[in-house]
Amino acid sequence: MNTRVLEIRKGILNKNDQLAAELRRRFETAGCVTLNLVSSPGTGKTALLERTLRTMRDRGLRVAALVGDLETDNDAKRLVASGAPVRQINTYRCCHLEASMISEHLEGWALEKLDYLFIENVGNLVCPASYDLGEKLRIALLSVTEGEDKPLKYPGLFNSADVVVITKIDLAEACEFDGAAACANIEAVRPGMRILEASAKTGDGMAIWIDWLLQLRTSEPAK
Amino acid sequence: MHELSIASSIVATVSEYAGHPGVGKIVEVRIRVGALAGVSKDSLLFCYDIASKDTVLEGSALVVQELPVVIFCVPCTVERVLPSVQLFRCPVCNTPSGDIRQGRELEIESTVVDEYAST
Repeated sequence: MNTRVLEIRKGILNKNDQLAAELRRRFETAGCVTLNLVSSPGTGKTALLERTLRTMRDRGLRVAALVGDLETDNDAKRLVASGAPVRQINTYRCCHLEASMISEHLEGWALEKLDYLFIENVGNLVCPASYDLGEKLRIALLSVTEGEDKPLKYPGLFNSADVVVITKIDLAEACEFDGAAACANIEAVRPGMRILEASAKTGDGMAIWIDWLLQLRTSEPAK
Repeated sequence: MHELSIASSIVATVSEYAGHPGVGKIVEVRIRVGALAGVSKDSLLFCYDIASKDTVLEGSALVVQELPVVIFCVPCTVERVLPSVQLFRCPVCNTPSGDIRQGRELEIESTVVDEYAST
């Protein structure tokens, strides 16, 4: 019996990529700025979002959030206190969010009535890098408690992000966090990356973060 | 650790080719994985055996071609292979570059099949 080679040339995550492209079109048509927040567990994604949702709602913006975790709806409970629509996505054994999970959990939400949708990914610095969720921008969080070299340890994820927010900056001094080194490491894995910093606890840096979010509504799609 | 879901996607896609006219047993699946794809080759190979068990792909070999990151360097006006994914700078002139030309691939290239003699 002879063998022969059959060309396939298909993306392994083709299905996810197609669904993500559909979602991106829906978000853009509806005028809903969608952001995918990725980081390791405990970086403060939920804390940053709690304050962000509250502040943006106070300014009259229509915001919502989807929040991914393997188990529990603890984060959704925290975020819903802001008054914004929030849904928890439990992934159980799955270490990342996929486009299909976003699509399912958007059911019943009128996207055209939202200005911003925040997606809080599962805390993980590896797998979420591979899964497009249809977001306009991917925002990686790096907390001062994690150390300056996280971007070098997880270059794939930091390279896949569009923006980095350095969180918990109120603890920077106590942790002897070297901000210049952190920025140099981010720059090494993604030259020209936009870097912001914030403390959800004290509010330091929040005004710049919110202003940056606000200008996204008028800027061109980044992807 | 999402290699099992990656392996399952490979099995699902390639299985569709089984049973096509002239296609016999699938003996090999060739994939390309970029250094930025976030996939571990060893764990993918391990998961492939699990994902392909009891399918038409059981017993087939997964061949993984690993691709380094290639950037375009503006001053050198040429594509350069990066020796490491921790420094996105031209290895020759040291200029930073975010213009990635290779390294994010996660794709099935081809499959090797036994050919039926057509009767």
